[in-house]
Amino acid sequence: MKILVCISKSPDTTAKIAFTDNNTKFDANGVQWIINPYDEWFALVRAIELKEADPTTVIHLVTVGGVDVEPIIRKALALGGDEAARVNVDSQDSFYIASQIAEVAKQGAYDIIFTGKETIDYNGSSIGGMVAELLDLPYVALATHFELKGTTAIITREIEGGEEIAEVALPVTVSCQKGMAEARIPNMRGIMAARSKPMKVIEPIAADTLTSIVDFGLPLVKAGVKLVPADHVEELVRLLHEEAKAI
Amino acid sequence: MSVLVFIDTAEGHVKKASLEVLSYGAKVAEQLGTTVEGVVLGTVSEDLAALGKYGVRKIHHVKDGALDHLDAQVYAGVIAQVVNASGASLIIFSNNVDGKAIAPRLSVRLKAGLVSGAVALPDTSNGCVVKKNVFSGKAFANIAVKTEIKIISLSPNAYKIIAGEGTAEVVPFTATVGTPKVKVTSVVKASGEVPLTEAEIVVSAGRGLKGPENWGMVEELAKVLHAALACSRPVADAHWRPHNEHVGQTGIAIAPNLYIAIGISGAIQHLAGVNRSKVIVVINKDPEAPFFKAADYGIVGDAFEIIPKFTEAVKKLKGMV
Repeated sequence: MKILVCISKSPDTTAKIAFTDNNTKFDANGVQWIINPYDEWFALVRAIELKEADPTTVIHLVTVGGVDVEPIIRKALALGGDEAARVNVDSQDSFYIASQIAEVAKQGAYDIIFTGKETIDYNGSSIGGMVAELLDLPYVALATHFELKGTTAIITREIEGGEEIAEVALPVTVSCQKGMAEARIPNMRGIMAARSKPMKVIEPIAADTLTSIVDFGLPLVKAGVKLVPADHVEELVRLLHEEAKAI
Repeated sequence: MSVLVFIDTAEGHVKKASLEVLSYGAKVAEQLGTTVEGVVLGTVSEDLAALGKYGVRKIHHVKDGALDHLDAQVYAGVIAQVVNASGASLIIFSNNVDGKAIAPRLSVRLKAGLVSGAVALPDTSNGCVVKKNVFSGKAFANIAVKTEIKIISLSPNAYKIIAGEGTAEVVPFTATVGTPKVKVTSVVKASGEVPLTEAEIVVSAGRGLKGPENWGMVEELAKVLHAALACSRPVADAHWRPHNEHVGQTGIAIAPNLYIAIGISGAIQHLAGVNRSKVIVVINKDPEAPFFKAADYGIVGDAFEIIPKFTEAVKKLKGMV
């Protein structure tokens, strides 16, 4: 069994969001970078669990980004991947990134490709579907469970107000979210082992970009909270009905 | 040049999210001086012609039973055929569970730039620039789509449903339908409850409730408000409530009209999942809870006393007592 896990970096969940260069660039000054939580907690950890159940499983990691992504990939390797590839280019266009990942995936003939359901910076939820289309593979988005029965995957995905369970013959591409696995932290043995795990650097292939970021902005700040005394709950209900027109 | 809207269904019924994208699509079409058409896949038990009141004039219906369950690969293939036949240059999805699976595939298939999670009408004065949320709602970005065919997926609850008059012409569309590789074996639905991502009102509770045995009064409030239930991450992690109720940065992101947070402090990760709610009410005994800074209305006090009173006041308002 060969699994490819797509890893992206993202700003720490508590990072202050600001922009520079006339609001055209994210201000990375002082920002702590982490493995995108969906990639780490759900995609990568589920892959590690599958390897624990079948030790012949091989896990490769792929990321698209500059040299500054390497600490993130090392941390992912400390959790449990076997080797990593970094496509040496920065891009904000999903199609361009997906094209790079698909190229790496083609070389590896993977049975399973896992991505997180989205990155917490651009919130695109697009890479998994694009990679699947580029490789002509089936795709299940927003998976909450993933089991293997021989070479068939049994995948549960979120639907409105419930879940849907499907069987898919491998190979398959899956985007992962909460429910797939429980978050782990790397242990010292994993951190030591990660230092000697192979990390390939690959130059990007030529690919188009279909979109570009014009600029960023911050949401309007709320006017301030209107407090209602605890013994006047009916006043809150009146405000919600008459003023906010929310009920 | 026309606009094509993907009308998403579940078990033969048109989803609320589809009415939002139809309303949005009609407005975009008006902006571009063109018409809006729709596409529906699989068996439908509703009168599709009635969707005309949301502005759509023509609906392409591919009735093949192989389309009754989603296989994004098969769906993208069929929608691409409808795009080619209708000459649409802008395709609109809801950025819901199905849109997230299909739109990226269609983007690759048609080499059409995709903006996922749009929160406003596109600016078409000079090309096509679409506003979307980024950094989990902590910021927004304007994205230019550079390709001739464009795809927008609209955030659920970001655009109001506009109903008017009219009926749509429903035209059967014969497409080459691939064999699904994703074989759906079962669908588990929590019946009778309001789906969280589609809910207008969400009642959410956190650690302040002290234990799962205290959720009865939260459920009661949700019931009288016809609201969906949600919870904070510690509550889901402690298995007080199921994971599918967890809203926040790593749970589900929602944007209801009204979000009522009870006993939730409002950590930045929680706010990231709910900050697109139009009105936020916070009930917390700690006046320093950070959530009050993001709230429109608040009560500082004991949830155990406030919630039953809240429920009673809503019942009174609705003439239920």
